[in-house]
Amino acid sequence: MGANGPPGRVAYVNARLLDPASGLDAPGALLTEGEAIADFGPNLFPDGVPDGIEAIDCHGCCLAPGLVDMRVQLREPGEEHKETIATASRAAAAGGITSMVSLPNTDPAVDGVAVVEFLARRAREVKMVKIFTYAAVTRGLAGREITEMGLLAEAGAVAFSDGVKAVSDPLVMRRALSYARTFDLLIAQHPEEPSLAAGGVMNEGEIATRLGLPGIPAVAEPIMVERDIRLVELTGGRYHAAHLSTAAAVEQIHQAKERGLPVTCDTAPAYFALNETAVGDYRTFAKLSPPLRSEADRRAIGDGLKDGIIDAIASDHAPHDQDSKRLPFAQAADGIVGLETLLALSLELYHNGHLPLLEVLRALTFGPAEILALPAGRFKKGAAADLVLFDLDQPWQIEIDNFRSKSKNSPFDGRPVQGRVLRTVVDGRWIFVHDA
Amino acid sequence: MTAIARASNIRFPHRHLLGIEGLSPDEITLLLDLSESYIEYHRQADKKRAVLRGRTLINLFFETSTRTRTSFELAGKRLGGSVINMSVATSAIKKGETLIDTAMTLNAMHPDVLVVRHPDSGAVKLLSEKVNCALINAGDGSHEHPTQALLDALTIRRRKGRLNGLVVAICGDILHSRVARSNIHLLTTMGTRVRVVAPPTLLPAEIERLGVEVFNDMRRGLEDCDIVMMLRLQSERMHGTFVPSTREYFHFFGLDYEKLSAAKPDAMIMHPGPMNRGVEIDSEVADDIGRSAITEQVEIGVAVRMACLDMLTRTLPLSAAELA
Repeated sequence: MGANGPPGRVAYVNARLLDPASGLDAPGALLTEGEAIADFGPNLFPDGVPDGIEAIDCHGCCLAPGLVDMRVQLREPGEEHKETIATASRAAAAGGITSMVSLPNTDPAVDGVAVVEFLARRAREVKMVKIFTYAAVTRGLAGREITEMGLLAEAGAVAFSDGVKAVSDPLVMRRALSYARTFDLLIAQHPEEPSLAAGGVMNEGEIATRLGLPGIPAVAEPIMVERDIRLVELTGGRYHAAHLSTAAAVEQIHQAKERGLPVTCDTAPAYFALNETAVGDYRTFAKLSPPLRSEADRRAIGDGLKDGIIDAIASDHAPHDQDSKRLPFAQAADGIVGLETLLALSLELYHNGHLPLLEVLRALTFGPAEILALPAGRFKKGAAADLVLFDLDQPWQIEIDNFRSKSKNSPFDGRPVQGRVLRTVVDGRWIFVHDA
Repeated sequence: MTAIARASNIRFPHRHLLGIEGLSPDEITLLLDLSESYIEYHRQADKKRAVLRGRTLINLFFETSTRTRTSFELAGKRLGGSVINMSVATSAIKKGETLIDTAMTLNAMHPDVLVVRHPDSGAVKLLSEKVNCALINAGDGSHEHPTQALLDALTIRRRKGRLNGLVVAICGDILHSRVARSNIHLLTTMGTRVRVVAPPTLLPAEIERLGVEVFNDMRRGLEDCDIVMMLRLQSERMHGTFVPSTREYFHFFGLDYEKLSAAKPDAMIMHPGPMNRGVEIDSEVADDIGRSAITEQVEIGVAVRMACLDMLTRTLPLSAAELA
């Protein structure tokens, strides 16, 4: 059982069961049989675990659906010196992630059926975390002609996005949303007006002015979100705004939802855990796209999660090697790694009293699974046994040298956090066990 | 006061001169006083001193420059140091070597001072983390150009006798200007009232947070000011159009006698160079020896760089050879 051999029956007893989809938060047990959840509940095994079932004593720790990370850059194919499916999978497993969704900005880009099939094959070979992929909205991510969305979806693409680039041409976006409706497909946007962001490297404001760095005005985000919402109204297409970073965009999504539009959004831990001051003295590890924003925006992202406007928290994992970051700030690559810190940083929202635990977990499990219609992110009899067991309170310190990811670009190095992944389970198999 | 600065036991409490932001009024005064003493030195026929004897200075310029590089070169040579000039056209950067690699390579040659200019903000700070020698920022992107601010301040202090309480209007392309940022930091630290005058497209966001008053109109910005500091319109750093044309720019923001008449009658005109005549400054005004301090700025620049080299090398350890 476990990592070796076919999984048999395993009982996770003495657990705090947490299932955001059903609102379950109770002490109890969960039984897996083979790859699936056989049963779970507070009253399972009242007379102890029968013989023939392997029992795991959870010592009161939290057992929840495995995390669903809807925004990950795997770098394979094309940039295997930064990350591979194997290294990203090990990192994700250590982070309690059981499903991750890969962005299409690889080389070649995921804009054809062959690349989708390549990723599926590599995921089967590595066989750890479940890997899904976005396909490109436009060929070569060039923003001009839309891809073969129907065929790509048939091949397994779960949604469409141009990755770290916005679909900027309004006509192309209109057609993409409109055409995607044919197959009820989702378009995930990097919501940033490119002409306002051009040349900018950090949030516009006093700090950028002091550092002499060209700024990206915060309005670059709501301008794009506003346009997209209008196009959603026009086309009826399903739309998702990725990694929100501004108060204004959160408010726009709020209003769009009130009007009943098919609109969702996510954010990443950096946008509620850090603000633009993290750039400090030109720290390239704090260079992200969208950039870290003002303190007011940072707080608004936390509030957006609290108010349920933001549906998901994704790691926005963007691995970069040293050569891409040890550069003058303007030349350095955008993005940070996040698979191994996703849970602990998100739990800060709970530990600082901002969000109830189930709401934090919802944004990490059922929230993203629902957006992408993935069969994941909840406890359900007969469903795949994708689980995470974690110690909610255990303190530890983030150390980039201990990352399993091939790249170490994190601004959170040295940050004390609470909440430690103890065990990650995919299809009943233990893909990560924390050695205490 | 200059004698005190020249006393060699006075130390500057920083290994590098990366910027003006963060320096205290006393530290700035120390550098200005020492610079003042060097002005007299280099007006003499025999300009050679032995302050930098045995020291090596490398001018590492990733951006073209004539006056700043020459100024540092002269300063180094007049203090008796060996000076090597490296420019981007001949350097390994063109062959794909990274900035860090270049820094490590040069560091291995044990220079005592590196003078660095780079088109990216923060690049000099990045280099400073990788070298053992003293480092002087000769301009990084739109961030800082500390020796320019020091020479501007000394020029003002010599003409006006003080910095405190004066009104200085910095006019033009503030957005892209490292000279403006260094001057704002220095002058506000020394109690000078600083105004910035430019169209909003050439002003960085929240510039008022740096302690300056903001004007979008030249005449109002220059009203009753003691110093008019003009900046060059930096077309090479511009993405897109910031002003419709140089003609329009000159009409509204170029310094001519008409706009200058709003300033105090004895207001002094400064420009860090190189000037775009007819773009930000009228030729007649630029060449008005009664009003313009532009050539004086250049002269004082050498003295300021001598002072900075002197001060930073005081804290350097003696080389192995000297110890032997």
